[in-house]
Amino acid sequence: MVQSDLLTDLYVFILAAFIGFEVIRRVSPLLHTPLMSLTNALDAIAVVGAIILAGEGKSFLATILGTIAIVAATCNIVGGFLITDRMLRMFKTSRPTKS
Amino acid sequence: MNSFAGSDLLLQITYLIAAVLFILSLKLMSSPKTARQGVWAGELGMLLAIIGTLLHHGIVDYRWIAIGLVLGSIIGVPLGLVHMTAVPQRTALSHAFGALCVTLVGTSEFYLRAPNVPPFMMAVLSAEVILGSLTFTGSLMAAGKLEEVLPQRPITYKGQNFVNLSVLCLAILGAVVLILHPEQMHLFPAILGISLLFGVLMIVPIGGADMPTVMSLLNSYAGLSAAAMGFVLDSKLLIIAGALDGASGFILSVNMSKAMNRSFSNVLFGAFGQEQAAKGADGQEAKPVKSATPEEAAAILAAASKVVIVPGYGMAVAQAQHKVRELYDALTKRGVDLKFGIHPVAGRMPGHMNVLLAEADIPYDKLLDMEDVNPEFPQTDVALVIGANDVTNPAARNDPGSPIHGMPILDVDKARTVMVIKRGMSPGFAGIDNPLYYLDRTLMLFGDAKSFVGDIVRELGGGHS
Repeated sequence: MVQSDLLTDLYVFILAAFIGFEVIRRVSPLLHTPLMSLTNALDAIAVVGAIILAGEGKSFLATILGTIAIVAATCNIVGGFLITDRMLRMFKTSRPTKS
Repeated sequence: MNSFAGSDLLLQITYLIAAVLFILSLKLMSSPKTARQGVWAGELGMLLAIIGTLLHHGIVDYRWIAIGLVLGSIIGVPLGLVHMTAVPQRTALSHAFGALCVTLVGTSEFYLRAPNVPPFMMAVLSAEVILGSLTFTGSLMAAGKLEEVLPQRPITYKGQNFVNLSVLCLAILGAVVLILHPEQMHLFPAILGISLLFGVLMIVPIGGADMPTVMSLLNSYAGLSAAAMGFVLDSKLLIIAGALDGASGFILSVNMSKAMNRSFSNVLFGAFGQEQAAKGADGQEAKPVKSATPEEAAAILAAASKVVIVPGYGMAVAQAQHKVRELYDALTKRGVDLKFGIHPVAGRMPGHMNVLLAEADIPYDKLLDMEDVNPEFPQTDVALVIGANDVTNPAARNDPGSPIHGMPILDVDKARTVMVIKRGMSPGFAGIDNPLYYLDRTLMLFGDAKSFVGDIVRELGGGHS
């Protein structure tokens, strides 16, 4: 990889970290548990790297490790989104209905 | 890299859209009203990125990918359907899975590229593998402790921090040598093994009450390792997702360490655990406490106009949240203004109590943070503490000699009457005596949280009809 690519990546990382701080600071403590499971599910985008590894067939080791990595990441994607949505569905307010 | 081939450009644009959706997803999480849309945005981004990748021209064999995706979904669905009390261990397990994925990809990339790895690439590759593997074993340990397969009791010994730090330094040293001499390929498995060991050692001294901090920290590590993987693969999408997760975990860790009055560096090095074990446990049982029966408690609650309930992990252990909901209904029906005061470290992960109470159908606008509820205690008739201890200990405020002095607490002792549901007089997690229990205005309600709250509800119902 060229040096400038790495620098660009570093820019992306730092800017994304700043956005992350600003956005996540605003999340109410009420939702910190679903927040953690959501960021965890998003993190499982690592599956993209695992898919390429398992599909390129460069070496037997890479294929096997890539496949296990896909299993682990898919687990997080499916389970993470599912439980985040289940939790968020439970949060109800009393304001519109209560007298 | 021929990144300007037509299909590749399309893939890059897909990743860009996915990245935007991810950021949007977290932004929508700021309010419970829009949070579910946030999940959908995240799902859409994920779907786009995966479909785009599957169409990537470099892929020659889909069999293994299909096996992986199907198997992962089969395991993932039950993990998404666990009971709400099990959410902390599920989350710890998902940190472990995420870290496993990162570590395995890092390992493959190393063996595909070595020994011709430029220094910077080797540095991020090492960071990926070190962070990934210590998060993997650390999260497994945390999940084991939360699920109670492993002893929850913190295990500490003399010089523990020194040993842990040396082990970590050893792994980093190995990485530095590898960066300078990429041909020393045998160092790689050593680094991997040492980091895996460090993950275990890091969690050994952790007890239950430290879990919220540890969970946040592992969350942050998992994010950073994914970001490192993004550098290795030159995937900006992965870098962004990892940075977001890392930032989120970092913010939560800072919150948790503030809420436990621990310096952040103390937390960063995993040097928590309890140094203050069993102080003040030496036979002061003689101090008198006032106790009350469910009938008396019900009568006091019925006469109150403003009540704050302070739930702690004990409520979750006793599975008392649904009985608490009945109590909420019974008191609200009588016109009592009832709210919940939730300490940031109540439960086993950040926000755990809110989820449990929301599951029991308690409206979220009744759940108040520490800063919002503390000014209300002086006007509160009854503060009812259910399964919480150290977070209500006034010694944290006014006894400079106390090991938890300086920790922000819920000021329940400022309420007119304090009622504490507790199994017995045993000290809390930190092993510290709680002066709250000996106050004149405090009534101890001895018993199991679930059945005691149930008894109060029955009394209230009986008095009503």
